[in-house]
Amino acid sequence: MPNSRDQLLACIPRLRRYARALVGDRAGADDLVQDTVERGWGRLASWEGGSDMRAWLFSIMHNLRIDQARRPSVPTEALNEETSMALAPGSSSSGLELRDMETALRALPEEQREILLLVALEEMSYDDVAQTLKIPIGTVMSRLSRAREKMRANMEGRAYIAPLKVVK
Amino acid sequence: MNTLPITEADLHAFVDGKLPAARRLEVDAYLAQRPEEAERLRAYTAQNDELRALFNPVLDEAVPERLSAARPRQWQWQRLVAGLAIALFSGTTGWLLHGQQAGEIQYAQGDSMQARPALYVAGLAHQAAIAHVVYSPDVKRPVEIGADQEEQLVAWLSKRLGTAIRPPRLGKLGYELIGGRLLPGAQGAVAQFMYHDATGQRLTLYVSTDQAHNKDTGFRFAQEGPVNVFYWIDGKFGYALSAGINKAELARVATAVYDQLEKPS
Repeated sequence: MPNSRDQLLACIPRLRRYARALVGDRAGADDLVQDTVERGWGRLASWEGGSDMRAWLFSIMHNLRIDQARRPSVPTEALNEETSMALAPGSSSSGLELRDMETALRALPEEQREILLLVALEEMSYDDVAQTLKIPIGTVMSRLSRAREKMRANMEGRAYIAPLKVVK
Repeated sequence: MNTLPITEADLHAFVDGKLPAARRLEVDAYLAQRPEEAERLRAYTAQNDELRALFNPVLDEAVPERLSAARPRQWQWQRLVAGLAIALFSGTTGWLLHGQQAGEIQYAQGDSMQARPALYVAGLAHQAAIAHVVYSPDVKRPVEIGADQEEQLVAWLSKRLGTAIRPPRLGKLGYELIGGRLLPGAQGAVAQFMYHDATGQRLTLYVSTDQAHNKDTGFRFAQEGPVNVFYWIDGKFGYALSAGINKAELARVATAVYDQLEKPS
């Protein structure tokens, strides 16, 4: 069983992938990962060995994002988005479609985007998403539903009409 | 057979491959009767695939050293620094220049630079890098006033910044002045001078005059995405030199800029 330090290091690529998708620009995303990793190191003692370290780190990242949103907004954010969302090389075959995807993703409210990304990229179970974000499972499902429908409307170039479905 | 009604949650779990096999079959049967719903779920499945196609390459990128080498820091102290310092420190890649000895410049890896103030502080280096990225790719109108009207440029920027300011000459290093523009800074106007070399490589010098509160006079390096930035504070002036060139080359130019500003001819 790898020790907790190794486990934390092993999580970094996934944290980066998620942060890049969440934040948009590379530098801002890596800043968020760096904050997360630093806070993770500082609290490693409080992590319960045997529990899912990945979910624990995503929780930390989520809380950092909330702290960040509460701070006065930094006027550079809009420019950041333009500057460096470098599409991965080799993705050019369907490059336009992926760019639409990126645009549609940016258009989502963050509370919906984070859920869609935890589900799509991290393939987390809905229960894990709920625990990671400290919200009820019903909220996870309704946000996921809205996020996907909004993305679909956006990709198809039509307006999203809310709410489409009632989630049980 | 008695089956539970298919819910929206079931449909999402179907998309995400989270349904038990038996339930999956029931959803299959449900969708067979409802082509529109099937189409909707196909779109959701495609979203998953495209999101992975878009972001999975990040997994294969080399992890920047600042992340793998990150260490816990003291949060109380950290916050204090964040409140006081406007310039961004640059983690383990921070370079400190002791530029007090005339003509001789020493670099030292800054051990005390491990800590970096809160990331979202709009620091000098960050703002300069953003300004660089926004204006330097502009082919038609990278500057407001061109170098052919340098006198006018100098008079205008000096007036707007409320202090005499002129662009350093970097011709010896192969960089010619293109011109300059006025930008909004955190407290007031900021000047940006733009240069290019024979290959078209562009470099910008960002000059802010609202740094009097900033006692941090070290010569520092920051990397903001593809842009490298050297920056320093001198009295009320904050300077940041940005370009997409390597650190050593940028340091050479920064040294020349620093020298000229220290010893105005």
